[in-house]
Amino acid sequence: MYKKILNLIPVFFLCLNASAQDNFKSYTQVIGGSPQVYDMVAIPGGEYTMGSPATEKGRRPDEGPQHKVKIEPFWMGKVELSWDIYDLYAFKNMEKEMALRHPDPEKSVAKTDASTRPSPPYVDMSFGMGRAGYPAINMTQYAAILFCKWLYEKTGVFYRLPTEAEWEYACRAGSKTAYSFGDDASKLDEYAWYRKNSSSAYKKVGTKKPNAWGLNDMHGNVMEWTLDQYIPDYYAKQPAGEKFAPVTELYPTAVRGGSWDDEPADLRSAARTPSKPEWKVLDPQLPKSEWWMTSASFVGFRLVRPVKTPSAEEITKYYSPALIEDY
Amino acid sequence: MEQNRREFLKASGLVAGSVILNPFTGYGFNSAVGDTIKVALIGCGGRGTGAAAQALSTKQNVQIVAMADAFKDRLDESYRNLTAKKYKNAAGATVDIKTKVDVPEDRKFVGFDAFKKAIALKDVDVVILATPPGFRPSHFEEAVKNNKHVFMEKPVATDAPGIRKVLALAEEAKKKKLNVVVGLQRRYQANYREAIKRIQDGALGDIVGGQVYWVGSSPWMKERQPNQTEMEYQMRNWYYFNWLCGDHINEQHVHNIDVANWIKNAYPTQIQGTGGREVRTGKQYGEIFDHHTLDLVYADGTTISSQCRQFEGTWNKVDEAFVGTKGRIDSFDGKKTILKDYKGGVIYAHDDKADINPYQVEHDELFDAVAKGEYKFADAERSAKSTMTAIMGRMATYSGKLIKWDEALNSDINLFPDKLAWDANPKLLPGADGLYPVAVPGKTVVI
Repeated sequence: MYKKILNLIPVFFLCLNASAQDNFKSYTQVIGGSPQVYDMVAIPGGEYTMGSPATEKGRRPDEGPQHKVKIEPFWMGKVELSWDIYDLYAFKNMEKEMALRHPDPEKSVAKTDASTRPSPPYVDMSFGMGRAGYPAINMTQYAAILFCKWLYEKTGVFYRLPTEAEWEYACRAGSKTAYSFGDDASKLDEYAWYRKNSSSAYKKVGTKKPNAWGLNDMHGNVMEWTLDQYIPDYYAKQPAGEKFAPVTELYPTAVRGGSWDDEPADLRSAARTPSKPEWKVLDPQLPKSEWWMTSASFVGFRLVRPVKTPSAEEITKYYSPALIEDY
Repeated sequence: MEQNRREFLKASGLVAGSVILNPFTGYGFNSAVGDTIKVALIGCGGRGTGAAAQALSTKQNVQIVAMADAFKDRLDESYRNLTAKKYKNAAGATVDIKTKVDVPEDRKFVGFDAFKKAIALKDVDVVILATPPGFRPSHFEEAVKNNKHVFMEKPVATDAPGIRKVLALAEEAKKKKLNVVVGLQRRYQANYREAIKRIQDGALGDIVGGQVYWVGSSPWMKERQPNQTEMEYQMRNWYYFNWLCGDHINEQHVHNIDVANWIKNAYPTQIQGTGGREVRTGKQYGEIFDHHTLDLVYADGTTISSQCRQFEGTWNKVDEAFVGTKGRIDSFDGKKTILKDYKGGVIYAHDDKADINPYQVEHDELFDAVAKGEYKFADAERSAKSTMTAIMGRMATYSGKLIKWDEALNSDINLFPDKLAWDANPKLLPGADGLYPVAVPGKTVVI
């Protein structure tokens, strides 16, 4: 493991210091002050058709009309973010402890820690399904965005959630079919953890075949947060030039990819899932937690990093989502 | 005894929803709001506020008319949250909560005796008791004395004298036909109800063993602030002091211990166990342990093991599993509530698709009974006994001894302060180094 990190570090620094476009390669993000790393896959820019044709089996009206979308190049997490990394953010004590064991003079606890962190969850948010190597779940979209901010403070690299358009583009990996591997749902077992093969639990990340661009678990395992408000007819009325639908209401926001608990139709590249207040139904407090969903053991996320780093103002904006209280 | 208003409604044959006559004057009563069930909220933290919102989300016409808390800031925050937004009721209709929260300044009560003033209000029908558990026995006492129906959070006490008080009050509440619902919400959760009904009908044969777990991470902690008295510090950081919380084995793990007792339809006759402070050793964490492991031994010889801990970065599980002579259940966790025989056959698999949030069900059922003038819920006794089981577990891990039910229940060790006032001292005080005395197995006396 350590050798792998050493090999990849030069790539990582080149990405940071030189024009990122010139060195547009996949790389591994080291999480300083911990043994954790996160693989980022280079996704080339391009144009694709977002949404699904009316003829697609299982298709829903919110997937149309199909329309062309131009995507700038970006990196995307090869796998869904795991508890191993998310817990460092969620539990400050754990981060401190890790930093003692894995000293890193450049990063981590040596930096001023300005992060706002999740409140401690009252119940076990992995619901006994496993932690090390398993996808982090049950965080709110707000928490996922503030995780990106925490990681930015730790690494100096701008990370954010994917937009719906980026997510679908990355999932399709050049395909136009229902799934990235074709239209045949019977092949799902090779690529996805879903209701039929999951035994009612998520599985370790990266244990099924990747798509053509090398991304694992885009179909199934856990659904993934995007940056977007979920608007059913957004494809018809998206303002020109708007890259994603900014969030102004707590519900619904857009989630993609389907999960261990879903049927094949929900796992399709174009399938869109709106978040629901019911995903927090077991939170007995008022206001309900801004950090934990409590009943969304099928929702996680993965990171993207645009090749063109946004301006300082834009970054501040990305990392300052309005806190909408949940009553 | 002052007749309870709901009992009167039933006794006089009036139908809920019609104009209610005041039993004392004969005049129309609360005519502006029709048949309103009036509620006092005692304890305005996040959970109390959540419980109030659930009460307001039932099908009945419920109104919060009084609020009480030791701290003014907690009360004000709760009031702000309760009046901030529109809710949907159980039927899916939008409810303007502001019209359902009628708490003017003179019905907001602050301080250690605030609960008395709120509970004493004549037209309050139901009280929600959601302060830290150490206060529950005295608050329950006031509620029963004033003939109020009760929703109270678990656990219902933190020491044996408190449990004895709740058990005596449970009897009195029964005589007065006061509905008492306790927030051990697994009792109101469909997958538990359906599976345990079948287990008690013999689907798994006799239950001869099992495991119950609350193995999770550490909860909130409030740093000491300048100028806080010791009393205020302990009240603000109540999770870490036994007179208020009873240790996490009581505050949290009581849920799973209660499921063991429910399955066995009995309470352990003896408990031995081990525990300590391994990770959470700082002075900010008061006196409680961070892990406990127990053998719960029942009269028929069945031993159920129980584990609870609050560590970060470890394997976690909050669940229960039991083995019977004919089959087993490995989990009650949503989709995994499956009764199996030993040949791999499925006896019962619970489908949770249509299940309702059990925190809401608690209130739906309580307010339905209150509205109809029915007496259906007497949770106090069994909840007191499950709380006693958790306290007995704490006695076992703190002392390192084998603890028997009768000697535990008869313990006279009272953790409550002699006087409640901001400048009075709780019984447990920090040493010169700021650290609180912590139980040492083999040395600490618990009975």
